[in-house]
Amino acid sequence: MTDTGAAERALELAEETRLPRRRRWTRRRSKEALLAYALLTPAFVVFVVFIFYPFARNFEYALYKTPPFPGLPRTYVGFDQIGDVLSSHDFLNSVWVTILFLLYTVPIGIFLGLALAVLAHQKLRGVNAYRTIFSSTVATSVAAASVIFFTLLNPQVGLFTYWLGRDGEISVLLDPKTALLAVSVTTIWQNLGLSFIVMSAGLQAIPDDLYEAARVDGASAWRRFWRVTVPMLSPTIFFASVVGGILAFRAFGQIDLLTEGGPNQKTNVLVYAIYREVFRNNNDGVAAVYAIALFLLVMMLTFFQMRFLERRVSYAR
Amino acid sequence: MPADTATVAPLDSTPDAEEVHAERDRVTPAIRVAARYALLTVLALIILFPIYITVVNSLLQPDQIASRPPSLFPTDPQWDAYTRAWDQGHLGRYLLNSFVVTGIIVIAQLLTSIFAAYAFAFLDFPLKRTLFFVFLATLMIPFEVVFFTNFNTVNDLGLYNTYAGLALPFLATGFGAFLIRQAFLVTPTDLRDAAQLDGYGHWRFMWRVAVPLARPAIAALAVFSFLAAWGEYLWPLIITEDAEFRTVQVGLRQLSRTSIDQINVTFAGVVLASLPLFVLLLVFQKQLVRGLTAGAVKG
Amino acid sequence: MSRVALDGVTKQFGDVVAVDDLTLEIADEEFLVLLGPSGCGKSTALRMIAGLEVPSRGTISIGGRVVNDVEPKDRDIAMVFQSYALYPHMTVRGNIEFPLKSRHVEKQDRDQLVADAAATLGLGELLDRKPGQLSGGQRQRVALARAIVRSPLAFLMDEPLSNLDAKLRVQTRAELIELQRRLAATIVYVTHDQVEAMTMGDRIAILNEGRLQQLGPSQGVYAKPANLFVARFIGTPPMNTVRGSVHRNGAGISVSLAGGMVPLPDDIARSVAARDVVEVVVGVRPEHLVMSHDGAVRALVTVVESLGHERHIVSRLEDGQMIIVRQPSDEVAPREAEAIGLVADPVHLHVFDAESGERIEP
Repeated sequence: MTDTGAAERALELAEETRLPRRRRWTRRRSKEALLAYALLTPAFVVFVVFIFYPFARNFEYALYKTPPFPGLPRTYVGFDQIGDVLSSHDFLNSVWVTILFLLYTVPIGIFLGLALAVLAHQKLRGVNAYRTIFSSTVATSVAAASVIFFTLLNPQVGLFTYWLGRDGEISVLLDPKTALLAVSVTTIWQNLGLSFIVMSAGLQAIPDDLYEAARVDGASAWRRFWRVTVPMLSPTIFFASVVGGILAFRAFGQIDLLTEGGPNQKTNVLVYAIYREVFRNNNDGVAAVYAIALFLLVMMLTFFQMRFLERRVSYAR
Repeated sequence: MPADTATVAPLDSTPDAEEVHAERDRVTPAIRVAARYALLTVLALIILFPIYITVVNSLLQPDQIASRPPSLFPTDPQWDAYTRAWDQGHLGRYLLNSFVVTGIIVIAQLLTSIFAAYAFAFLDFPLKRTLFFVFLATLMIPFEVVFFTNFNTVNDLGLYNTYAGLALPFLATGFGAFLIRQAFLVTPTDLRDAAQLDGYGHWRFMWRVAVPLARPAIAALAVFSFLAAWGEYLWPLIITEDAEFRTVQVGLRQLSRTSIDQINVTFAGVVLASLPLFVLLLVFQKQLVRGLTAGAVKG
Repeated sequence: MSRVALDGVTKQFGDVVAVDDLTLEIADEEFLVLLGPSGCGKSTALRMIAGLEVPSRGTISIGGRVVNDVEPKDRDIAMVFQSYALYPHMTVRGNIEFPLKSRHVEKQDRDQLVADAAATLGLGELLDRKPGQLSGGQRQRVALARAIVRSPLAFLMDEPLSNLDAKLRVQTRAELIELQRRLAATIVYVTHDQVEAMTMGDRIAILNEGRLQQLGPSQGVYAKPANLFVARFIGTPPMNTVRGSVHRNGAGISVSLAGGMVPLPDDIARSVAARDVVEVVVGVRPEHLVMSHDGAVRALVTVVESLGHERHIVSRLEDGQMIIVRQPSDEVAPREAEAIGLVADPVHLHVFDAESGERIEP
């Protein structure tokens, strides 16, 4: 900046402080606004093109029936398609599978993360090594974890198959009774590192002197856990629950790698169903309805959690 | 020091200042301490086991893996699975692609987040609130809801099976903008005033003052972005076609479909694919924890 | 029978000795202050009494029984933490009744005790608020209420006033003393603030680097500091201490220091002679120094500080050592750069062995 620029600035600053608090449209303000818009533009462009536009497009797609072969015109069917899809067995199955998947993975994930965090929070020599091990799965991607479990569950040579006593029998991943469970276990394992880290951070934030005060006040370890640790941790648990729920609804990689939606659609979560409709069935219209439904379900889930679970969170105010 | 929302201790910090010796102490008799160690060890073994067995199996021959009872330790490690994973399994190329794409995404996210955060934190302009809500709105629309339209868009732009196509939808993130904005907001106001009177333009202020002071948050965002971009599976799956551009996550899919007599190659591939992440997270533990817990812990 | 007793208590953290062979007894209904600078071991000593730390050596007794192996909750003590350590997610009532609930006291009795404690500390209207909604002073009172609700054998307080602003601190000091008298409570109180220690304690135990320097009532510690550390630590402005060498002249002994000779009174002189010391440190409090033309010790005035009710004359000896004199405001003030003579009544002189720092008793 040149000297005149600085002088100009100082002058404007002085002027503005003299004047009553009305927004004067100075040259400086318009420069500022232009700069702001310039700074926001890159992100904004990305958002418009890759988030808002496609989101809106879904609604358009949903109203048209996609032709069985590309190149043919599509037909406008209005809300009929939406109605048909939402009441279809496949859709309802997907919703149910996704919810089930959430129920299998989120509560256990939080519980295990919390348990590990509490156990690793003790004053023991070498506890840091354990903490590193407990957080290690955060370095495995969903794909890596899924491939590991996929291979370990191989019906002929998989180690887990052997331990489960299922050598030569139908693969755990192809058995309708166990497929979703296997996918869930893989997910829980892969998420363990993250869950541990989040719970640990929450635990570290509880001041030590609260525990000391509780010890002097006469609380046993059990009591200290339920009256001090858990309430102080409840905002963290709540956060983990909300985020965990959203991530569960967005699950895709592990299904594609482990079961590809089967057997008998028993693991056909919503995102996988969308993927299938688009890339196997070429049915953009149906996929769009699924996508909108996914969006609404995630909204509802978050809203529901905010409404009913947040009540039970003990904040300090 | 500007703080983000989390009060964070690095992963390797002991909970208390002094380490109580694990042997006899009035509070915990030796046997209880031993029990605690036992429990911790059992849990650690269970959690580590899949990773452990992956490494082990990558060093065995397929017939050893298939043998019953299965071997749990490689007495005669064979490294050829790794060479095969690298060459025939194209893992070398996949890793390169992942690094390139992830690099592009991380840099782009950092820049767009810093710019947007600066605007919201330090500048005043018409429609500021509206635009803020627009950014907020992006957090409510998961990528999986819009991915197939994006596929059409990218395809129509002629960017199918290209680095650009892989990176494009992820060049900006609302979460990043908020994280950095939080950090910028904590910049001491005296610095701003002093800079103004000194004649510092916004650009200089951004790079000489605001960004350096927000370094922890920016580092946290970098680690977080890297993790997310590296692990992205759905998008690379649909937007790439061949080994030339496939990322390592999708490459793993190819590997997992190999036949049983190559099973050790699959395991070797997983190890190779995961190595960069392990190294990164080992080095940047502190930033990782920060990035992951921003918002989780009420400060 | 003493309420709390420490016998040869030592605490080591690795190589660091935080508390070194501390022995002291706190009598029933006594208000004892542990005073010292940061890191002197006073908080560690308190935490050992509480049971939050285990002594490396020595025994701690409460109410006559040795409690080294007893959990904090079974020692029948209560503690007020520097940060108050209130449970942020519980109401004031919840905080106060927590120690009672932990001991499974019946609800009826509990409610009564909580009401009593709250009334004693004027918290009646705040019972349903949460700590986050209270001011610093209010939170401190909640911490106190939580401590008194069980009527323990002894109260342990770790710098409870340090987080309050100056005005509130003075007010709360008086309230605390009043509270102690009313409850006939035994209190062990840790602070680094010597004004607090002097005004509140029945006796003060001064610690430095883990060792007990002196134990005694506040007047005693003020009038007869046992060593240089205590002499310099107690008193504002601090005691003037000047190093000098011993000279015999005729029947008596004088100390030669920069700026003049100071004759020692006979009783101290005899002790000095008997000890055969060569170098001593002479101490005299600022209020005991008088400026006079023919004062034996010469100094140059550097700063005259006016405090309204009195003045602090800061001066320097020949070798640069600083001397402060307190002068009543109604006297004539010296000018800066003026040369003055200092004299003191020998009764007010303190003499310390220059090597060991110990007081030389007459």
